[in-house]
Amino acid sequence: MALLQTTATLFNKELRTELRSRELITTTIVFIVLVVVLFSFTFDPTSTESRRFGPGLLWLAFLFAASLMLQPCFLREQLNDTLSALRMASPDPFAIFLAKLAANTMFLLLTELLMLPVFAVLYNVPVWHVLPSLALVLFAGSVGICVAGTAVAAISAQARMRELLLPLLLLPLLTPVLIASTEATAALLAEKPELRLDWLGFLAAFDLVFLTALWLFGEFLLEE
Amino acid sequence: MKRNLFALLVVLMLGWAAYASFFVAPTENTMGVIQRIFYLHMPSAIVAFCAFLTTFVANLLYVFRRQQRWDWLAVSAAEVGLAYITVVLITGPIWAHPVWGIWWTWDARLTSTFVLWLLYVSYLLLRTLIEDPHRRALASAVYGIFAFLDVPLVHMSIRWWRTQHPQPVLMGGPGTGLDPRMKIVLLYSFIALLSLMIFLVRQRYELEAMRGEADALRREAEAA
Repeated sequence: MALLQTTATLFNKELRTELRSRELITTTIVFIVLVVVLFSFTFDPTSTESRRFGPGLLWLAFLFAASLMLQPCFLREQLNDTLSALRMASPDPFAIFLAKLAANTMFLLLTELLMLPVFAVLYNVPVWHVLPSLALVLFAGSVGICVAGTAVAAISAQARMRELLLPLLLLPLLTPVLIASTEATAALLAEKPELRLDWLGFLAAFDLVFLTALWLFGEFLLEE
Repeated sequence: MKRNLFALLVVLMLGWAAYASFFVAPTENTMGVIQRIFYLHMPSAIVAFCAFLTTFVANLLYVFRRQQRWDWLAVSAAEVGLAYITVVLITGPIWAHPVWGIWWTWDARLTSTFVLWLLYVSYLLLRTLIEDPHRRALASAVYGIFAFLDVPLVHMSIRWWRTQHPQPVLMGGPGTGLDPRMKIVLLYSFIALLSLMIFLVRQRYELEAMRGEADALRREAEAA
């Protein structure tokens, strides 16, 4: 109970920090738009071709965007020397991770949902009729990206060349998420949409494994 | 003295394994002479996995015990494992080209081995970018644990995804059994390569221990 309370307070703090500047969400959206537009030059974006390549490029764009977006979540604390204060204030260090993870997932989901209509219009792929199922896949995938990503952000914040290091550490870890969410999205955007429960289950398993690992080992990353 | 004897033994075993794989093992029916690369290829893969398992166990022990020697063991085993997996990735295409007609295919085993290679390259890269020995040990141990947990997920996801590809040629079920002489030679090579791995890890461990001590002394001198 105490864990949830602390998490809620910290989550509020994360939201307020972001809402004051709105830097993170705006830059991420611009980045994803850029990637989606640039990708259109690499193949002929007709409806059939888009169905083949679209889901993959969408998730790659989300992955790259996340590896930029996750950067400040620990860096900001470190630059302002607020990490020790946070650690002293919260009885369970897992709450710090949980709050950052929840905030990151929310920001990522928000940008993804804003990007979806842009993608649908530019690539001629209708998404409205499958929106609820698609939201489920987006959620499961984004949680996976953010669980691993928040842990890796805490690791890379302690190193030199951290901006470069974060994607290098994160992207190989996220191979399973990329495959599973691309396949699930492709099945939903096909001519006959289908919710692939096996891939969704796989994503849930990934989320669970890494959440447990973060719960067990995360606190060691916050030691001084 | 003991170390030199062990080194000599390893050299003899490697020589014998090489001799056996050329002259004792029978030539394979369909693939011919090129199949003999198998005696280097497959045992190396298993030995690499043993090395990464060692790294994982050492990472866990470091996190809970905080003794530097576990960190030294982890980095030694990871480096040697990476060398072995590189051998696997090089001998694979050399074997595949004459037999399959292509250097590389994005099949489950090949792809997951490649991702494994990337994960441990990232692990070693992370270590070079953190100065403080304690911080480096802790951060890389947690990343090592995450990376190792990721391996089965990577393999599973790629397996599900590429089911249309040919099934594993070896250990693939009935009809793929090996000639008894082939099995014996395979066992020789495995033991020889495993001994080499143990020898290399020991050497690397001693080097890392010396480096750690020299580093500690330098820090002490700087502080004084």
